[in-house]
Amino acid sequence: MSSWLPRNVSTFGGDVDGIFWLIFYMTAAWFVLTEGLIVYFAFRFRRRVGRRAAYVTGSGWKQLSWVLVPVAVVIVLDVFLDLRGAEVWARIKGQPPPPALVVRGTGKQFNWEFTFPGRDGSFDTPDDLHVENNLHVPAGKVIHVVLTSKDVIHSFFLPHLRLKQDVVPGRQITVWFEATQPGEYEIPCAELCGFGHSGMKGMLYVHTQQDFDKWLAERLAETDALAARKQR
Amino acid sequence: MSRDFHSVHSEPSGFLRRYVFSTDHKVIAKQYLALSMFWGLFGGATAYLIRWQLARPEAEVPGWGYVSPDVYNALVTMHGTIMVFFVAMPFLLAVFGNFLIPLMIGARDMAFPRLNMLSVWVFFLASVTLLASIFVPGGPASAGWTGYPPLSAKPEYTGVDWGLNLWILALALEFASFLLGGINFLTTVMNLRAPGMTFFRLPMLVWMQLIAAVVFMISVGPLIAGAVMLLLDRIAGTTFYLPEGGGEPLLWQHLFWFFGHPEVYVILLPAFGIILDVMSVFSRKPVFGYRPIIYASLVAGFLSFVVWAHHQYISGLDPRLAMPFSVTTILISVPFSFVVFSMIATLWGGSIQFTTPMLFAVGSLGVFIFGGLTGIFNGSAPFDIYIHDTYFVVAHFHSTLISAVFFGGLAGLYFWFPKMFGRMMNETLGKIHFWLTFACFILVFGPMHLLGLGGMMRRIANPLQYDFLKPLEPLNLFITIAATVLILSQVIFVVNFVVSLVRGKAAASNPWKANTLEWATASPPPHENFEKIPSVYRGPYEYSVPGASDDWLPQDRPLADAGAAAR
Ligand code: HEM
Ligand SMILES: [Cu+2]
Ligand SMILES: [Cu+2]
Repeated sequence: MSSWLPRNVSTFGGDVDGIFWLIFYMTAAWFVLTEGLIVYFAFRFRRRVGRRAAYVTGSGWKQLSWVLVPVAVVIVLDVFLDLRGAEVWARIKGQPPPPALVVRGTGKQFNWEFTFPGRDGSFDTPDDLHVENNLHVPAGKVIHVVLTSKDVIHSFFLPHLRLKQDVVPGRQITVWFEATQPGEYEIPCAELCGFGHSGMKGMLYVHTQQDFDKWLAERLAETDALAARKQR
Repeated sequence: MSRDFHSVHSEPSGFLRRYVFSTDHKVIAKQYLALSMFWGLFGGATAYLIRWQLARPEAEVPGWGYVSPDVYNALVTMHGTIMVFFVAMPFLLAVFGNFLIPLMIGARDMAFPRLNMLSVWVFFLASVTLLASIFVPGGPASAGWTGYPPLSAKPEYTGVDWGLNLWILALALEFASFLLGGINFLTTVMNLRAPGMTFFRLPMLVWMQLIAAVVFMISVGPLIAGAVMLLLDRIAGTTFYLPEGGGEPLLWQHLFWFFGHPEVYVILLPAFGIILDVMSVFSRKPVFGYRPIIYASLVAGFLSFVVWAHHQYISGLDPRLAMPFSVTTILISVPFSFVVFSMIATLWGGSIQFTTPMLFAVGSLGVFIFGGLTGIFNGSAPFDIYIHDTYFVVAHFHSTLISAVFFGGLAGLYFWFPKMFGRMMNETLGKIHFWLTFACFILVFGPMHLLGLGGMMRRIANPLQYDFLKPLEPLNLFITIAATVLILSQVIFVVNFVVSLVRGKAAASNPWKANTLEWATASPPPHENFEKIPSVYRGPYEYSVPGASDDWLPQDRPLADAGAAAR
């Protein structure tokens, strides 16, 4: 059953899935109960000769209580759900934990652009590393992605990490995640952004810390070489 | 202002005055019916193309050909626009509201018959404009039916120029038409009720149309303002929504959803009115909790204005806003569960007769419960992170909207067809139509939730571009086949409708033995509706009153039938 959702590989994904299952069991119970009643009544009270319908208006508290009691149960479940939801939401969207790595992500028609801070650890310096479409991160570390867009609204969707954030031009929005398992995961765009929307596909590469360091060193060396060649 | 409704005006002669430029609310309702049926077929055709593209993204759509990504975007944009604004609204509000409100309250016509004629002609103009928008150079609007800027605000982003301008114009005209209609509904119910027709003797349908009209009138203003700004951004170089000029893209989303969410209730409430009326007649029982349902609907109408941001949990809004909106959203389930439980209680102890309208009404209730429950998933902000803009949402809103439009609307059409056209529809064909529609509905929109849970985004032309969506391919094909059968099943309805129109059995004035006033006059009702304006003695749902000789007591029957409780 849990295969309905793609495999979860983020630290907070389990909480999101937990909310799903909580609502699923709650609503499934209501579904069976209410639809069951409808089907039962449909058979039980179908027209038969000689039997007259009961005159029940539902005015007066005694009769109304048939309906008000289930409504009260709904209210209790609603409050319960809101409280659980608020916890999970606060954990994901509240103050993010301090980052081990900050990456900039820029959406544009129809690509993601990721910028890594380079050796000096700060952005807007000559050693910034620009990577089209591919986001490389170490596993087990808190990553912040500072999102913005060059043109229209895109949506940064990491289905395997249960993360989604609209990316709005003119704003910077920071999201965070901590991936638990190395691997390759697709990054679709979830907001209609023009004719290339369907194929606006990035990739998330989650490495072990070692592999990540190696990848970063190689890419930095490549850019160094490129810069050196340009200077000559 | 109020018309002297005791004097009978003579019927206009001549084809044009009678059928085209008519001020008669019944003719106007039929004009809306014709237009909404046309758009329904059109919208169904777009659904067909969308579904086949998703099932076989790399192949040609049978009977059409290759669908390029920008054509696909135009298809989803048109499908959404057409279904919400050119099918649901005219069908549920304009057809049933126009036809039934004057009849049900015992009036000769709407308060402003000429304004009413204007409303249908403005809607006709909106229809022509929308059709034209498809054929102008640059192609039709393709920024989604929600038209989010900046995508919609600058022609460069979509390559669409006049198509989108005309799309905005068509919507503006449509809103104007429904504003005129809403004003008419309100003033008519306020002023033209027959003697004895107090507010708490109005049938549910009239109440629901009234609440829907008010909700629409309050919500639509900001959107009209927003649409004007969008049009100016496109053609006059302003930058209301463009960040490079200091604009704010999210402003549109607030204006749009401040309208868009209440709009859902504008569509749902009239359907509830239909369902309640039909259920009461065919279970021969009063509507359970008549007054509390009205109060609950008023509360739901009010709450619908404080939930709009639940469409924006992950839009870039301050995350602290999510919780208040999550709470109000989930709270809306309270009045709605009250209405739903009351509908179920209306069946309890009844003498239920499963005519075609009753099948559609009960089916509608069953589907709406499903859609209401899946709405809880969307309403919960943390889980919405995952399912926002996926097929889970598409499956959810089709469950609620189709329960209203398809099932609720058809229940009403089968029920009032004899009154509208003076002939009966074929019951056997009606039942086949229902069971096919119902079964296919479950097969289409049930599995569609699984697409969403699998992570499939909406509005993508080719899911196969993603490895994680490839396992969903068989499911997509299955849904498409079921959807095709669903769409084809509607042919049965169209045939039944057309054949019954010309050759159906002549209908008695009150074939279902119903209490409300529209059944107190001939089928179809004469010009000016009633020979003599009826007097009203009781509420609309006095079925199976203990001690009464029949199991129904029409609202206009004078005698206080043996011990009958007159409400
Ligand atoms: C035969 C029945 C129908 C089928 C098979 C169908 C199918 C679909 C599909 C597959 C989409 C998603 C398109 C996408 O996001 O890529 C969609 C969108 C939509 N449908 Fe339907 N639909 C049907 C009837 C209706 C009805 C009756 C209504 C409303 C009264 C409706 C309203 C909408 C709306 C508002 C959208 C959103 C469009 C958008 O994404 O911009 N549909 N439909
Ligand atoms: Cu995008
Ligand atoms: Cu996109």
